[in-house]
Amino acid sequence: MYILSTQASNFVSGVDKAFLIILGISFLFLIGLTLTMLYFIYKYNRKKHPQATQIKGSTTLEIVWTVIPTILVMVMFYYGWAGWHFMKKAPEDSFNIKVIARMWNFTFEYENGKRTDTLFVPKNKAVKLNLNSMDVVHSLYIPSFRVKEDVVPGKEKMMWFIPQKEGIYELFCTEYCGLQHSYMYNWVKVMPEDQFDNWYADTTRQETTAVIESPAASGKRIMKNIGCFACHTVDGSKLVGPSFKGLYGEMQTVVTGGQERQVEADDEYIKKSIYDPNADIVKGFNKGLMLPYTNQLSEDNIRQIIEYLKTL
Amino acid sequence: MQAATPIPTDVSYLEYKGKYKGIFSWIFSTDHKRIALLYLYSMMVMFLVGVLLGLAMKLELIAPGKTIMEAKDYNAVFTVHGVIMIFMIVVPGLPAVFGNFLLPIMIGAKDVAFPKLNLLSWYIYVLGALLVIASVLFGNGTPDTGWTFYAPYSFKTGTNLLPAIFGAFVLGFSSILTGLNFIVTIHRMRAPGMTWTKMPLFPWTLYGTGWIQLLATPVVGITLVLVSLERIFGIGVFDPALGGDPILYQHLFWIYSHPAVYIMILPAMGAISEIIPTFAQKHVFGYRAIVASTLAIAFVGYFVWGHHMFTAGMSGTAQYTFSLLTFLVAIPSAIKVFNWISTMHQGSIRLETPFYWAASFIFVFMIGGLSGLVLGSLATDVYVHDTAFVVAHFHFIVFGGVGFAFFGAIHYWFPKMFGRMYDKGLANTGWIVFFIGFLALYAPMFYLGMKGMPRRYYDYLPEFHAANILSTLGSWVMAFGLVIILINLFRSAKHGPKADKNPWNGKTLEWTVPSPPPVENFAETPVYGEKDGPYEYQ
Repeated sequence: MYILSTQASNFVSGVDKAFLIILGISFLFLIGLTLTMLYFIYKYNRKKHPQATQIKGSTTLEIVWTVIPTILVMVMFYYGWAGWHFMKKAPEDSFNIKVIARMWNFTFEYENGKRTDTLFVPKNKAVKLNLNSMDVVHSLYIPSFRVKEDVVPGKEKMMWFIPQKEGIYELFCTEYCGLQHSYMYNWVKVMPEDQFDNWYADTTRQETTAVIESPAASGKRIMKNIGCFACHTVDGSKLVGPSFKGLYGEMQTVVTGGQERQVEADDEYIKKSIYDPNADIVKGFNKGLMLPYTNQLSEDNIRQIIEYLKTL
Repeated sequence: MQAATPIPTDVSYLEYKGKYKGIFSWIFSTDHKRIALLYLYSMMVMFLVGVLLGLAMKLELIAPGKTIMEAKDYNAVFTVHGVIMIFMIVVPGLPAVFGNFLLPIMIGAKDVAFPKLNLLSWYIYVLGALLVIASVLFGNGTPDTGWTFYAPYSFKTGTNLLPAIFGAFVLGFSSILTGLNFIVTIHRMRAPGMTWTKMPLFPWTLYGTGWIQLLATPVVGITLVLVSLERIFGIGVFDPALGGDPILYQHLFWIYSHPAVYIMILPAMGAISEIIPTFAQKHVFGYRAIVASTLAIAFVGYFVWGHHMFTAGMSGTAQYTFSLLTFLVAIPSAIKVFNWISTMHQGSIRLETPFYWAASFIFVFMIGGLSGLVLGSLATDVYVHDTAFVVAHFHFIVFGGVGFAFFGAIHYWFPKMFGRMYDKGLANTGWIVFFIGFLALYAPMFYLGMKGMPRRYYDYLPEFHAANILSTLGSWVMAFGLVIILINLFRSAKHGPKADKNPWNGKTLEWTVPSPPPVENFAETPVYGEKDGPYEYQ
């Protein structure tokens, strides 16, 4: 339906039909009753109708307007159930992906060991997500697929869908999970099956993030997800670590193995500061507070982070 | 025991001070009318705080990225906004203010059954409110869990949550005691001849609400105690790391918090059921159907909590059972709407401020209720659950419903409570500005939710921008309307022209006593005859 998001999975038709029926009946009632009320207010205004006629009620009417809504809500219940019930059971031959939710990102683990932060899925094939949470309750929501399921720590849960349209769609966390909840979003990339198979088989090429936003925007999102801003500001003020403001391309005084030296904050420097943060310590800050991000950030990620730092 | 000085029957409750002076004549008074005003003023203060927090949230959301605050502050703001508005305003709102003031008068009694307990309820209310405020002002960080305190985040967050939880726990006692008081008052103190089926509809809704307060509130009390114990001692009831179950928390929380919606809305419906007959000058249509639907809502409302948890993890059977019951609870609300509109038919409608509020109540309540059908249905709920759609829905119900009824009620009973009339032109202006602002503020959230924007988001994607701007502009218009309304009422309470005993030609008992009423309401206990009733216009 036009006012919902893109229609891209097997659940769309059932869900959108339920929307159409419920909203249709609702609008009919809302408009009908509002117009009736306005008509009464106009027609039975004191000026036109100075003397009220006392009517205390009507059993017939009460029965009519109990029975008709009852039938209508049962119809709505039915369509709600019909569009939903097959979400509960995934087909046996579904393609399995493990989802790990934590404050504040999703990681997708494929059976061959691939790990991504964007969800890559094949078109026209049933995909089953096995949901795991490392900390609090999250909720995985893909509007274009019409699916949502809470990710609850300590519970084995799943959701499934068949992507039916190529493209890139939003994927959100919808259960409030703390500080960076609103940055806990990512993307789903639906690829034709052959293209997906190539991507899946190629374990050497570590494409983990689909390119959909500007590199700088991706960089900012990655840094928020991974928690950089807990210690580093972007406004020049000093926290546990140095601020990122105006950092890129500037000369820094760092302490390397006890020796002070000047170094330019270029691509190499930033990459080294992320992968081996204790090698060069900016003067005035302490060693050992930051751990290496070697396993958590790919070179792609770092390139995007650099793009973001350039904008500060 | 000393012989008490007889209480005069010709001195209004506003003038009669009893044995205390100044402020003490208020905070030590057991007069139900003075207690009602104590509630009114304390709620007004908390309400303004809640409104300011709401405006801050809307301002933050006017553009993506940071506008006026950091994510940490935003999360704290929506948490405190929710806790204040739910536990201190809409749950106690109409019962504590209008129930206290009017219930005894409407059933022909001198006071509630337990006047001292009534005053104690207000003390408990203030204590609870202070505890919540303390959680904001002291400790490391304002609570940031949302008003739902979901496990396990509520014992993982480092913020100062315990006073807020304890405050909500304490506020629950105020609610329980008020409910108990009203139930006993209604059973034992109705005027001679006022049978159950001759009792006005507002007391009937207070009766339904009283039972929910009494039976459902202890559940949330126990739940909040368990969360506190979990936080302090790690007892492992809800924490999965210790073998507990976070879903259990959600069940317990909603077993109270869904019926709580009916605690809020039933008295609102009751106030509307009084206003419409008075301004249509006509007997209410379908008295028995309205009473029956009140009791049906109070009863079925206990069994629908699961619809808050369709995506949380329940068996399929539980899910469709809760969905079915949710659809059933919609029917009695629909019946009420039909009866209200039918009351206008063949009436002689006088267009005054309370009637405008009541008619607009019906409109916004229908939107709130009908959007509830989308949330009760399984397929559609999965899509819009935890999005801005839900935020729009419950603001249409608890702010559109309860709020509009509250403003309708205050404009309706204001001359009775203060013995003075407000400026009607200004009151109507305030209403229309507020109404337009309200629609502009909340209607875009339906659209945002249907486009997939999650709720409790500090920042959002650019595609959600336009509707958020409209919503923020709406919040300013609504706030402007609110300012007009409040200034008018505050000024009129002191300086308005004196009001008659019965300015609207109402037929319920409160309009038979002077405005403002004397201390013990009635010089002589009223007696209902065979042909008397609350809405007999001929």
